[in-house]
Amino acid sequence: MAEVLPREVLIGTIARLLDGVRHVAVGASSPIPAAGAMLLRAVKEASGAVGPRISILGSVEHNFFTNGSAELFDCAGQGRIDAFFLGGGQIDGFGNVNLVGTGDYPHSSVRWPGSFGSAYLYYVVPRVILFREEHTPRVFVEKVDFISAPGISAEGVFRSGGPIALLTGKGLFRFDKARPGFELESVHPGHDLAEIKQATGFRFGHDAEPQQTALPDGSTLELLRGRVFDELAETYPEFAAQMRRDLGAVDA
Amino acid sequence: MLSEPRAMAKHIEPGMRVALPVDYAGVSMAMTRPIIEHGAGNLDLVCVPTGGLQVDQLVGAGLVRSVETSAVSLGEAGGAPRFNAAVKAGAVRLKDATCPAIHAGLMAAQKGSPFMPLRGLIGTDLLRYRDDWRVVDNPLADGGDPIVLIPAITPDVTIFHVPLADRFGNVWIGRRRELAAMAYASRTVLVTVERVVEENLLADEMSAAGVLPALYVTAVARAPKGAWPYGLWGEYPADSAEIARYANAARTADGFSAYMARAQMEPA
Repeated sequence: MAEVLPREVLIGTIARLLDGVRHVAVGASSPIPAAGAMLLRAVKEASGAVGPRISILGSVEHNFFTNGSAELFDCAGQGRIDAFFLGGGQIDGFGNVNLVGTGDYPHSSVRWPGSFGSAYLYYVVPRVILFREEHTPRVFVEKVDFISAPGISAEGVFRSGGPIALLTGKGLFRFDKARPGFELESVHPGHDLAEIKQATGFRFGHDAEPQQTALPDGSTLELLRGRVFDELAETYPEFAAQMRRDLGAVDA
Repeated sequence: MLSEPRAMAKHIEPGMRVALPVDYAGVSMAMTRPIIEHGAGNLDLVCVPTGGLQVDQLVGAGLVRSVETSAVSLGEAGGAPRFNAAVKAGAVRLKDATCPAIHAGLMAAQKGSPFMPLRGLIGTDLLRYRDDWRVVDNPLADGGDPIVLIPAITPDVTIFHVPLADRFGNVWIGRRRELAAMAYASRTVLVTVERVVEENLLADEMSAAGVLPALYVTAVARAPKGAWPYGLWGEYPADSAEIARYANAARTADGFSAYMARAQMEPA
């Protein structure tokens, strides 16, 4: 079997972070989070357990809502969505997310699409996973230029959800809302602490010698490269094809 | 009630508040050029809850005064070029929102209520820049528990595209219920459709469940492939190559004008 690809490490890590959820929602253009959710479902079902329900926004096949685009948010407000993913043009050390732009709002010098549902879902979805493959100081900043959604809320503000982890192309961080801040939990194969420190604009807690991110085991990889990539191809055909090409290149 | 796109565009007057649906819900791209030709400007757009190609083209044509939205982008084709340029130049006023706040504002209007309370938002810069949103303490709690009030959103005009209408003006929106929410909240509702059928859509309970009744519909026009280059649910997929072509062309104002001036904008 081919060696584990970096993106397979990410997918396997997401599946572990989602363990135990009943219903996970995934954004329309988020193939890696979707693959993680599908992998968890495949692993659960292979062991005879019930896998999570997966809602992929904007997908026709994976959309079982019948009340228009408001239903996802209503569903989250009722506590029926356990996990969700957020990216961000900027993410800071307090877990604040900026999806609006850089510079002097409203005349942003770089304008990103906008906050989407983040200013609500970040508050009411218990397990929000921050996911951004690009791990650079321009993404992971000391302080965001605009708060689309804050990492923590003042006491007395209703908050049943929030960030639990930050997954990047280089490592996995846990969010500690008491501090508040991130703790480096593990480093992906091929990267190290010094590199992560250099690529991160905020301070974070870490062990002197952080552990390596766990790799998916053989049977998990088999499910991922078989059933999951097949399922993924229905919604993200280009991504699934690219993964298979990458695996072929490694194998050859 | 049966009309055609050019005639329907005349319902739009300068300074009106116009609601437009999200990419995948049924965007009436067939109305974009008639609206631009008609030329009513100073429009306040409400994206339900996000905007894309149509918003970018109306902004590029100089018809837009403000945009209330949770996001504007061309999806996989990247950022919305004319919108982003207008933001940078300060040429459009932004009312940045979050998706459920737009839905909440429409729901307030649907009920004839002045506002709808919504969780979340407290501590965001969205709230900081929105002088029309208010924070109050939950009057039903024993003190504290701040919550945001979203004022009713009452568009002058709502415009969307769906697969079918009947000759009585009932339109079939399927499970895209945000289209109904927009219509309930709006004074004028303009709908383009792929097909107009003879039978009454309310006569069959199966189709009736997905019908927006003629009560809420001002005018209907037939426009085959009317969402193109967007797709239409249950009918045809998006033409991502064409959207990418637009994204590329509209990076400059001149490129945008050249793209829009192309005589034939019908689907290939």
